[in-house]
Amino acid sequence: MKEVIRLENIRRDFRVGDETVHALRGVSFSISEGGFVTIMGTSGSGKSTLLNTLGCLDTPTSGEYFLDGVSVRSMDKNQRATLRNRKIGFVFQNYNLLPKTTAIENVELPLMYNSAYSAALRREKAVEALKAVGLGDRLLHKSNQMSGGQMQRVAIARALVNDPAVILADEATGNLDTRTSFEVLVLFQQLHASGRTIIFVTHNPEIAQYSSRNITLRDGRITGDVFNEHILNAAEALAQLPQPEE
Amino acid sequence: MNLTNLFKIALKALSNNKLRGFLTMLGIIIGVASVITMLAIGQGSKRSIQAEISEMGSNMIRIHPGGDMRGGVRLDADDMESLKLEDLEDIQTQTRYVTYISSAVNSAGQAVYGANNTPTTVYGVNLDYLEIRRYKVEDGDTFSEHDIKTAAKVCLIGKTVVDELFPQGENPVGKVIRFGTIPFRIVGVLQSKGYNSMGMDQDDLIIAPYTTVQKRILAITHLQEIVCSALSEDYTEEAIDEISDILRTNHKLKESDEDDFSIRSQQELASMLTSTTDMMTILLAAVAGISLLVGGIGIMNIMYVSVTERTREIGLRMSIGAKGRDILAQFLIESILISVTGGLIGVLFGIGAAIVVNLVAAFPIYIQPWSVFLSFAVCTITGIFFGWYPAQKAAMLDPIEAIRYE
Repeated sequence: MKEVIRLENIRRDFRVGDETVHALRGVSFSISEGGFVTIMGTSGSGKSTLLNTLGCLDTPTSGEYFLDGVSVRSMDKNQRATLRNRKIGFVFQNYNLLPKTTAIENVELPLMYNSAYSAALRREKAVEALKAVGLGDRLLHKSNQMSGGQMQRVAIARALVNDPAVILADEATGNLDTRTSFEVLVLFQQLHASGRTIIFVTHNPEIAQYSSRNITLRDGRITGDVFNEHILNAAEALAQLPQPEE
Repeated sequence: MNLTNLFKIALKALSNNKLRGFLTMLGIIIGVASVITMLAIGQGSKRSIQAEISEMGSNMIRIHPGGDMRGGVRLDADDMESLKLEDLEDIQTQTRYVTYISSAVNSAGQAVYGANNTPTTVYGVNLDYLEIRRYKVEDGDTFSEHDIKTAAKVCLIGKTVVDELFPQGENPVGKVIRFGTIPFRIVGVLQSKGYNSMGMDQDDLIIAPYTTVQKRILAITHLQEIVCSALSEDYTEEAIDEISDILRTNHKLKESDEDDFSIRSQQELASMLTSTTDMMTILLAAVAGISLLVGGIGIMNIMYVSVTERTREIGLRMSIGAKGRDILAQFLIESILISVTGGLIGVLFGIGAAIVVNLVAAFPIYIQPWSVFLSFAVCTITGIFFGWYPAQKAAMLDPIEAIRYE
């Protein structure tokens, strides 16, 4: 299958005062198209740095990173911005929607920075993405009129709208209650089933059971890389949750 | 990233915070409006003074005998008898820059008609005087060259004198009034000119042939004054130089001698009067300019706050593909929109305020197109200048830190 991501011996050092902190100490793995990969690790394990690297927000000190066959290491800031715009969809823990802005305008945002899209096409793609996350009836709701789960769905729609090579989720269920977390997980599994490549960074071990592969990170090194043979179905788990009291 | 999208983004951001945008704009509105109003008032009063002066004859040149020293005593200029009719004739025939020229002698006294009398001044002049001072005959006719030759006892009278002597509203033309002991037949009434900028009533006068005033009232042969007009305002300097040369030759003055006459043009008076209003205009505009500057600093202040407050938004935009220059452009467009919109409203308010000042306080105003253009240009530049640093700060943010900013 086609390789979407390949990391070759990625190192990332930060200088803090006189000391050098090694956030990543030689990380190598590749992810093929259509994978749902969770990256787990405690805080300080280097998972944020890895996420920044994967998201082309940061460049490694050494090592090679190929995103969709393109080498990222030699790119400058502007090239990486364009690459993010075309190839990556971000989903953040705190949603990061624009305040007082409608769902549709929030979802359109990545396409605003791509002059290939006309206003009409932008709208069409945004509506399509919102329908895909089940918010077809809330197109004109503003971000401050929505619940956490709805906001995260809008954020996921925003990550989908540019047809990215990979969706990067950073603790995407971290701010949600159990029930809503499962609803979002169901959505991720649906996206996975439709062939999307998803990388889900989390410190919650439970989520790993719903992904197809789990990479564990510790002190800047990979300590585990397991393909999940028994992927749990989030929709079933959701059905077994006690019904919320009316 | 095209400009249309950046405009949409900036407009959206502004409309999310309308009150703040308006308050920021207020500084610019007040600044621009005050610049325009102040300049309109300043220019208005300058223009009205200039108009009054040109009403008096802006190209008018007046020649007086100068004070002279006799045995160490400086004499009063009016006592000098240095200006003669020959001087007038020589100026008339020799200069290229003088169009009208008139002799002038005057005498203050009491004018009497029947039971009414009024203090006034009789001016002895020739026919050019009416052209130089821009008097028009409203009723009747002027006196003739023949009247001047024969020192005829005829006169033209101003409106104020008419009102005093003919309170019943009779037609004064043809009536005979007395000035001092001399009877004058009224041949015409002058059109009213009102008060001049120094508060002098320009209608309180009687105009008669200079020969009549010289011989019958003053009993002199010299001229108290020569009044003439230059070809146009621009030739005043040349005309003065020529007249000066002619008079010095006529009066046989040596190189080392002082002039025994003095020449004054309306332009000196005009520049003296307008310099005051110019100074006032500059001061007012400076104060207004400072308020525009304060408005600009207000924009900068708010933009800085806005950048800090929207750090997460900036981080998000960058992570989904906005380049540094897109962010820079967005914030720059925001500040330019604030200042340009503020500028437009300010222009309207400024013009409105100037018109209100004109209507309520009856203050003359003149809105100069360049002042509108200038204040508008200044506030656009203000927007760019004061928006640049905050926008630059936003563009330099690191998306990794910005997106997690709390």
